[in-house]
Amino acid sequence: MIDKRVATAAEALADVKDGSTVLVGGFGQVGHPMALIDGLIEHGAKDLTIVCNNAGIGTSGLPRLMKLGRVRKIVCSYPRTAAVFSELYAAGKLELEITPQGTLAERIRAGGAGIGGFYTRTGVGTLLAEGKETRDIGGVSYVLELPLKGDLALIEAWEADRWGNLIFRGSGQNFNPIMATAAEKTVVQVQKVHDLGTIEPTAVVTPSIFVDRIVEIPYAPPYQAISY
Amino acid sequence: MRSAADRMTGPGLDGRKAIARLIARDIPEGWHVNLGIGIPTLVGDLVPEGREVLFQSENGILGMGPAPDETLADPWLVNAGKQNVTLLPGASLFDHALSFTMIRGGHLDLCVLGALEVAENGDLANWSTSASDTAPAVGGAMDLAVGARRIWVAMEHTTKQGVSKLVRHCSYPLTASGVVKRIYTNLAVIDVTARGFEVIELIADVDFETVQARTDAKLHRKDVAG
Repeated sequence: MIDKRVATAAEALADVKDGSTVLVGGFGQVGHPMALIDGLIEHGAKDLTIVCNNAGIGTSGLPRLMKLGRVRKIVCSYPRTAAVFSELYAAGKLELEITPQGTLAERIRAGGAGIGGFYTRTGVGTLLAEGKETRDIGGVSYVLELPLKGDLALIEAWEADRWGNLIFRGSGQNFNPIMATAAEKTVVQVQKVHDLGTIEPTAVVTPSIFVDRIVEIPYAPPYQAISY
Repeated sequence: MRSAADRMTGPGLDGRKAIARLIARDIPEGWHVNLGIGIPTLVGDLVPEGREVLFQSENGILGMGPAPDETLADPWLVNAGKQNVTLLPGASLFDHALSFTMIRGGHLDLCVLGALEVAENGDLANWSTSASDTAPAVGGAMDLAVGARRIWVAMEHTTKQGVSKLVRHCSYPLTASGVVKRIYTNLAVIDVTARGFEVIELIADVDFETVQARTDAKLHRKDVAG
């Protein structure tokens, strides 16, 4: 019997190695796997490269991981969400690869889909295209962007079954379904696990093939939305 | 006491809402529209009653509705600025790959963005104030700027220090080259044309000369050569 459920985040993350590249889902706090990040903090892995749209909010989760000195580099479109990021970056203690949001999504999609890179108009003629190959295609200038893969993906979904079929809530899909495809190991934090066959096949957003471990964590709602 | 016209053309929420209201007025029924952070976000709540416009949010929403009553907010549903939003009947939810397929693939009729500077050739600078930014952040601005069929900018005409945000050449790092089609400010509505900035509408009782005096580039009058 296939059962990808594990009892705790600690068990799900026991084999994470120092120096890993970790894809972390979420847009702001929605779809952001806080319990798994806490598990990663507890585990102690260091020299990590974190790929996440934002750098977290407040002092727990990613900001705490950064504060503890576990993160070497962050790949991000909008890191200006956590004060600790700005402090560490200004002090030269954290490397940043700033990536336009759509390019970040497509690089992860390419990584998961076995695509060796793609040309996009996004960023052409800007600081973010410096040093990258550009190419004229049909009279339009494009810049080459390379795929992005992780050793580990930490994602949050709303419901699952024991095989790892996933469905999401609200705007909680965001980066989660593409990150699930692009890592050696994908660990998902879910609120509910149903019996096999309960989730309508047509409603599955992430098919089970992309999921390795499931941690069922009935969890509070995301932090109240904050605007910045 | 400030007159109604002063409030419309001055700083503060009234002035920002007045800019947003003009944009909402000009969006036709049936358009698919992405709204940036700041003044553009206000546009969503100001579309005239009964006109169906589909607002897209980069984090995976098509068919965003107005801001919710605070007590009824769904914490799992936020817009690009991470503020709680609602869904209209007929809305859909999806992931980032599909969201940016809509954005980069030319499927949006319009994106309304804020700006630090717009140049007379349509260059847009709205993400960074220097090459050595203390904490750079770009979000979806570069994808939206090249991907939507039209880019309109919503911004105050000048900075708080009175410096024109409409310029001959951008001094800040570019978001995209030659993409802005129209600018809505607290003083005027301005199209970016082959000959440069063309004033198509003056706000409240502001006159052309006043707008020109506050603009660091030549303004043309619509339908007047030169």
